[in-house]
Amino acid sequence: MTLETTRRLKHDTPDTDRRLDGMAQGVLGTGMDRPEGPLKVAGRATYAAEAHPEAMAEGYLVRAATIGRITGSNGDAIRAMPGVIEVIEDERMIRNAAQGMAGESPVQKQGQVWYVGQPVACVVAESFEQARHAAQAMLVTIEPDGTHVFDAEDPAAEVEKPKQKQLDQGDLEGAMSAAAFSLDATYHTPSMSSAAMEPHASVAQWDEDGALTLRGSYQLLKFNKAELADVLGVAPEKVRILSPYVGGGFGSKLGLAPEAVAAALAAQALGRPVRVVLHRRQVFETVTRRSETRQRIRLACDAEGKLSAIGHENLVSQLPGEVFSEPVAQGTHFQYAAPNRVIGHEIARIRRPAAGSVRAPGEAVGVTAFEIAIDELAKKAGIDPLEFRLRNVPDKHPENGKPFSSSTMEATLREGAKRFGWTHTPPRQRRDGEWWIGTGMAGAVRVNMMIEAMARVVLTGQGARVECDMTDIGTGSYAILTQVAAEMLGFAPDRVETVLGDTDLPPASGSGGSFGAASTSTAVYLACMELRERLAAKLGVKETELTLKDGLAIHENRKTPLAELLGEEEWRALGHLQPGKAGQEVRQATWGAIFAEVAVSDVTGETRVRRMDGTFAAGRILNLKTARSQCHGGMIWGIGLALTEAMEHDPRDGHMVNRDLAEYHLPVNLDVPQLGVHFLEERDDWANPLQAKGIGELAICGSGAAVINAIENACGVRVRRLPATLDQVMDGLIAQG
Amino acid sequence: MQFQLDVNGERHALDLDTRTSLLDALRDHLGLTGSKKGCDHGQCGACTVMVNGRRINSCLTLACMHEGDEITTIEGLGRPDDLSPLQRAFVEHDGYQCGYCTPGQICSATAMLDEIKAGWPSNVTGDLEAQVEASIEEVSERMSGNLCRCSCYPGIVDAIRQVAKEEARA
Repeated sequence: MTLETTRRLKHDTPDTDRRLDGMAQGVLGTGMDRPEGPLKVAGRATYAAEAHPEAMAEGYLVRAATIGRITGSNGDAIRAMPGVIEVIEDERMIRNAAQGMAGESPVQKQGQVWYVGQPVACVVAESFEQARHAAQAMLVTIEPDGTHVFDAEDPAAEVEKPKQKQLDQGDLEGAMSAAAFSLDATYHTPSMSSAAMEPHASVAQWDEDGALTLRGSYQLLKFNKAELADVLGVAPEKVRILSPYVGGGFGSKLGLAPEAVAAALAAQALGRPVRVVLHRRQVFETVTRRSETRQRIRLACDAEGKLSAIGHENLVSQLPGEVFSEPVAQGTHFQYAAPNRVIGHEIARIRRPAAGSVRAPGEAVGVTAFEIAIDELAKKAGIDPLEFRLRNVPDKHPENGKPFSSSTMEATLREGAKRFGWTHTPPRQRRDGEWWIGTGMAGAVRVNMMIEAMARVVLTGQGARVECDMTDIGTGSYAILTQVAAEMLGFAPDRVETVLGDTDLPPASGSGGSFGAASTSTAVYLACMELRERLAAKLGVKETELTLKDGLAIHENRKTPLAELLGEEEWRALGHLQPGKAGQEVRQATWGAIFAEVAVSDVTGETRVRRMDGTFAAGRILNLKTARSQCHGGMIWGIGLALTEAMEHDPRDGHMVNRDLAEYHLPVNLDVPQLGVHFLEERDDWANPLQAKGIGELAICGSGAAVINAIENACGVRVRRLPATLDQVMDGLIAQG
Repeated sequence: MQFQLDVNGERHALDLDTRTSLLDALRDHLGLTGSKKGCDHGQCGACTVMVNGRRINSCLTLACMHEGDEITTIEGLGRPDDLSPLQRAFVEHDGYQCGYCTPGQICSATAMLDEIKAGWPSNVTGDLEAQVEASIEEVSERMSGNLCRCSCYPGIVDAIRQVAKEEARA
C-alpha cells in the first residue's frame, strides 16, 4: 500500500515566498518543446472520434428545420432503410451544449424545437455512410408554436435587465455636458463561432454493470461528467470521460454537447458502442456561439484628456432558458479611471442558436469596442492615443477602490510602443500605390481567475508522474505541468510523464477562462511541495535548504540520488487548490498593448494587416513557446474579429446561413503577418504560489481594436460595425471623396 | 465494392461502400487516423494527403477511385521517434497547438515545397520567369488552404521556411 498524502491551499493571501525562483532545475519558463509534439506531428495523437471499439455503430444527428412542437416523424420508414439499426428520438436529448461549469443538464428536448438547427433525433446504422444517408432522409413534423423574434434589436424582443448587472456611479450626464470633449457612439459586433478544428465527437460504451465510458472532446471533464450523469439520470460514479487530446476548444467544448448525449443514449439502447460525430455544420448550430452585441459607449474628458465619465451600455442575445449572457463590460469596470460611471447590461431572449462562452467572453468584444471608442475620443481631443491612455491609467479599481494585484497597463503600453516604433500621425498621410497605410494601437485587458483544482504527483527514484483530469486543448498543459513537476522535483523533463484527460484521475480545473494553467499548475506545485517536505524529513533537513536537481537531493555539499532515497518505493502526493479571498480582496488582471500597421485599398476597400506587435504581462510565464503561441492565437483572432468573422442569421427564422468553414471566414495564413510577441517579466504574488496568471485569452482582448484604429489612421474611415468588410470601408472612402 | 489501395508503400484489400471517401477509408478502415476530418467539405485542409506526390483533400474524393494510386499520409512521412525534417521543424517552432490541423499542414507543406522546386507560380508570385523563392508571402499564400484555428500561422511559416532553407543548402 502506497501512502498518499495531501497538501491543501485555501488561497486567501499573497504568496511572497516565490519558491519557484529558488529551484535549480532551470526548466520552468523556458521555451521547452511540447512533450506530446512528436505524437501530434506524426499523426499518432488520438482524438475522440478515433477510438474504435469492436462492434461500434455509427450515429448521425437529425436537424430540425423549423421551430415548434414535435408531432411525429417518419422514423419507422427510416428504420427500414439499408443498414439502419435504430432511430433515437429520446426526449432526454439536449437542445444545445451546456454552459461552461454548469455541472447539470442543459434544457432537454421534451418534444420542443427552440431554434432552427436543434438536433431532434439520431439515426444509428452499421456504417457512417448509411447513417448519414438515412439521417438526411428523416422527416420530423413540427407544428408552429406562435411567432418568434430573431433579432435582439427588434422592438418586439423580450429584453431582460438584471439589476445586479447595472451600475450607476456619480453623474454621467452632468459630466458629459461639462466635458471639454465627449463621445456618444454605438458599436456592433456580430454573432461569432469558436470553430475549433476538431468537430465534437463522442464514442460511448456501457459495460455490464451499467457504467458508461465516453471518449469525447471536452475542456472541463469534472463538470462534463456531472452534466452527462444528470442528463442520463445515473450516478456520476457510473460515468467516465476520456479526452487525452482535444482538437481546439475556445469555449465550444466547455459544456456537454448533443453528440455525447446521443451517443450515450444510443449505446445504452443498442447494447453496443456508438460513435456520433458532429458534422461541421452541426458544430456551428448546436454548440454555443458568441452573442452579437450592441454597445453604446459614452466618454467624457477634460482638455488634457483626463476621463471624467465612462458609459458602457450593452445589449446581447440569448435563447430562453440559458443562464449565461456575454459579460461585455467585464473589463470596462476597471480598465480606466473616471469618477462618473454607467454600466448597462440587457439580454434579449430570441430564437437564434444558444450563445455561450467563446474565447475571452466579455473582453474579446467589450474591450475591442471600448478601445475603438477611446481612440475616437483621443482624436477629438487632439491627443496621441498612446498618450491619452497613459493619462488615464487607474491606480486602484475605479469602482470599489480595491487595489490591483499588479498593474502593468502603463508598462505594457510604454514597452509596446517602443518595440513597435510608435509615432502618431494624422490620417491619410501615407500611400503605397492603391493602398493607404496607417497605424493603430489598443490596450488589452482580461480578468484573472483561479478554479478549484487537484492533481496527483507520483515520485520514484527515476522520475515523476503527474496525473489529473486536466485537458490540453492546445494550450500547453502537457508541457507546463511537466515543467512545474520537473522544476520542483529536480528532474530533466524527459523523466516526468504527464497523464491527463481521464475523469478517473483527480479532478483538476479543466481548461477555460484562462484559468487552467495557473490553477492546475498550482495543484501540481502543492503536490510537489508535499513530496519535497517528505524528502527533506527523510534526510533530516529543512525543506527550504534542500536542492533537487538532475535526480539528486543536495544539502550542504551532500548529494544523495533520489534512486537511493526511494529505492523501489513510489511516493504519492495530492495537491489541492481552493480559491479563496485572494481572488476577492484585489482585482487580478492581465494587461497588454497591441500595435498594428495596415494597408487599405482605395480601389476595393480591402484591409491587409502588414505588421502587428503585442506586449503582454501575465505574471510568471511558465513556457515561453506555448505562451507566445497562445498570444499569436489571440492576436489572429483579433484580426478575424476586426476584418472577416461574422455569423449571418436569416432574419426570418434566425438560422445560421453561413454555417461552414467556406462561408464563415476565419483568418487564413496569408491574412496574417509574422507577429511580434513580447512578455514583461512579472511576479504576481496574489495570483497563486507560482505568481503566474492566465495568458490564453488576453491577446484577443484589444487586438481587433488596434486593426480598426489603424484603418481609420490609414484612410480616415471609422468602422463601428465589425467586421470591417470591404463594402463598409468602400462606403466610407466614397463619402470622403 | 472490392478494390485495393496503396498507402505508405503498403497494399490493402478493401471491400467498402462506394460512398466511402478516401479520408474515411484511411481513418475508419485502415486505422490511419493521422489524416483528420475537420469539415468533410474540402474547406479546411485537415484531411490533406498526397496522391502520386500531389496534395489533395482526401474528404473530397472517393476511396474506390484510387486503385493504383500511390497514397502518402502523415504516417508515411515519419514516426514519433523518426520525424521528417518538416515534422521536427513544426515541433521546434511550435507550428501547432491542439494538433488537429497539423498532419494536414505537414502533408500540404511537404508537397508545397516540391511545387516551389518545380517552379509553379502562385497568386502572389511577381515574376513568372524567375525561380520561385520560399518567401514568407509565398509560403503563406500556398498554405492558405490549410486552416488553423489555434492560429499558429507564424510558427507554421517559420517551420516551413527553415526546412526550405535547409533543403536549398543540401
